[in-house]
Amino acid sequence: MLLLGWNALTCAALIAAGALARIEKRGELRWAGDLQGGEPYVYRNPADPSKLDGFEVEIAEGLAKRLGVRQRFVQNDWSTLIPSLVRGDFDAAMNGIEDTPALRAQALVTRPYYAFSEQLVVRRGFPLRTLAALHGHRVGTLSGSLAHAILRETPGIQIVLYGGQEEPYRDLELGRTDAVLLDSVIASRYGLSKPGLELADPDVARGTYVIAVRLGETGLRDALDGALADLQARGQLESIFAKYHLPPQLAPGAEVPAQVHARFDAAQVLLFLRGAAVTLLVSILAMALAVPLGLLLALARVYGRPLARGSAHWYVELFRGTPVLLQLYLLYYGLAPLVHLDALTAAIVGLGMNYAAYEAEVHRAALGAIPAGQAEAAAALGLTRGQQLRLVLLPQALRTALPAMTNDLISLLKDSSLVSVITVVELTKQMTITAVDVRSWALPGLLCAALYFGMSYPLARLAARLEARLGAQEGSGVLREAAA
Amino acid sequence: MTAIRVQALRKAHGARQVLRGIDAEVKGGETIALVGPSGGGKSTFLRCLNGLTCFDAGAVRIAGVDLQPRMPPDAPELRSLRARVGMVFQSLNLFPHLTAIENVALAPVHVRKEPPEAARGRAAELLARVGLADRVEARPAELSGGQQQRVAIARALAMHPEVLLLDEPTSALDPQMRGEVLAVLRDLARSGMTMLVVTHEMAFARIAASRVWVFDEGRLVEDGPPAQVCDSPRSDRARAFFANG
Repeated sequence: MLLLGWNALTCAALIAAGALARIEKRGELRWAGDLQGGEPYVYRNPADPSKLDGFEVEIAEGLAKRLGVRQRFVQNDWSTLIPSLVRGDFDAAMNGIEDTPALRAQALVTRPYYAFSEQLVVRRGFPLRTLAALHGHRVGTLSGSLAHAILRETPGIQIVLYGGQEEPYRDLELGRTDAVLLDSVIASRYGLSKPGLELADPDVARGTYVIAVRLGETGLRDALDGALADLQARGQLESIFAKYHLPPQLAPGAEVPAQVHARFDAAQVLLFLRGAAVTLLVSILAMALAVPLGLLLALARVYGRPLARGSAHWYVELFRGTPVLLQLYLLYYGLAPLVHLDALTAAIVGLGMNYAAYEAEVHRAALGAIPAGQAEAAAALGLTRGQQLRLVLLPQALRTALPAMTNDLISLLKDSSLVSVITVVELTKQMTITAVDVRSWALPGLLCAALYFGMSYPLARLAARLEARLGAQEGSGVLREAAA
Repeated sequence: MTAIRVQALRKAHGARQVLRGIDAEVKGGETIALVGPSGGGKSTFLRCLNGLTCFDAGAVRIAGVDLQPRMPPDAPELRSLRARVGMVFQSLNLFPHLTAIENVALAPVHVRKEPPEAARGRAAELLARVGLADRVEARPAELSGGQQQRVAIARALAMHPEVLLLDEPTSALDPQMRGEVLAVLRDLARSGMTMLVVTHEMAFARIAASRVWVFDEGRLVEDGPPAQVCDSPRSDRARAFFANG
């Protein structure tokens, strides 16, 4: 406890003394990016994965040398680079971070180290070549990017959001979207490298990459600015860009018009309600698929011939034994050349098939809990195997399984947030989008939690009541057990 | 008229011989009480008669249907047999999700294809006959054990069986509930229903049975009228059983 207090004191002292002093004392500039962003930013050397390559690695090395320290890369998910910076996980964030008013509200930014244009990419020969012409069409982009902000200012565009920069172009090729708007670095690497795609508008808008540091750490920001200016003056930046074949530097254009600072108003609440409706729709339809499919699997496992029994067994083990996130990726991207599902269908089918494995086990346990005498009594009355199942065994098994199924539906409501990876904007995704817009996580977070709770609590009450009713039935049915 | 004929019936569970060659015959309208020590083969014998358990060798003809050794439990012959041979179990086995009247009317509607309204009407009559006219809409959990077993008897009767098999129908019940079930069985015996009852109720066997069979170690060791079998059994086995019982 004492030690902890002392640590906190030294930390406070170091911060007071300035970020620069802290870095010099440590001898290390800690900067963060996301390796998932890949080439050409920061990525593992293909020949020697212990080494990092990328133009930002070389810039970091140049900057560190000028500060008289070493550089050290910290891996951090791209979407949470700024929150992690704010909470103090590293000194600076540099990973294709675009200079936007939203960023400036949360962090200090350095002078630009790279200027780019936002580029509109379409399928080869596609007739609509400008943003304005794409009114009413689906356009993909990265969630939280400058391009995302531009698309939202363009009326009539249906925005499709992605977490990575490769997936938007893949979906464009597949015809799931009609255009992709992203910056020139991403467009040249990931979009125009695909033979089926071409540039429609090379200069929709202009922007710059900057390095972000914590608010208040002006000393560090100024030092980095000085170092960047020095690198540029000596032509080192140019040679780094040339080495990585980056598109030619543009003169930084007119700054992106400052967006009106979004407020958390009725319109945002409406978006939240829409997100909640998507969450509910995906969950209920996925469950509506999972329950009958699970029942079939359970019947195959309990009553099936060896082949059916074995297949059902492996279905359950495979779907329970691998992450549902991976299954969603495979279904939506991996199988896209064979099965062309739209995002909402893929979300429902993916979650439904995954949950079917769990429902199969629930149904199997419920069937196993029925006393053997029930099937015998039904057989002794002359009922066929099918009639025994339909009239006697399944009604009892479903009753037993109902509380467990209700609990699974509650889990599914929350697991449905995973489908945002395949571009479905449900409640959680809507929350993160709004949080960035209004520069606050507190209110959107609380509203999001309240909406989830409002959906799951009635279900939890229902499950509790069903369980109580089932318990009461079994309690008064002791005679049957005593008879065995 | 012969209702049941059994010849050289044998059955083993693994290495254990459960039935070691049973020969027996039952005429229509007879009530047979099957008695004997536990593990003597009574229940297995009864279950072989309606195919719930398959047998290894021998022949069975019951209600006009011939059963072969090793018939699969879902053979089509067995379904026509089961529509004619009713079974009542020790463990009651009412369907807990259905009311008393639904339990009784289920098989007439789905196996005999009777119109639902007619089946319900007859189910209500049968429930009245076993003394449950006021409990037709009760679920099994709301009924006492004795009431449940009477519903089970009504359920078996609803199929118009030619033969009724009862496997220890009163063993799971309190003494006072046994009385109500036995009274129903006595009435059935008097009405001319052909019945085989596995039972430990010697008083019932004496009053209601036309013959008593003693099973011991897989053999039918005694077969005769109740007074003769119970009071002066001929075999040592049967004598030992009645001396202990």
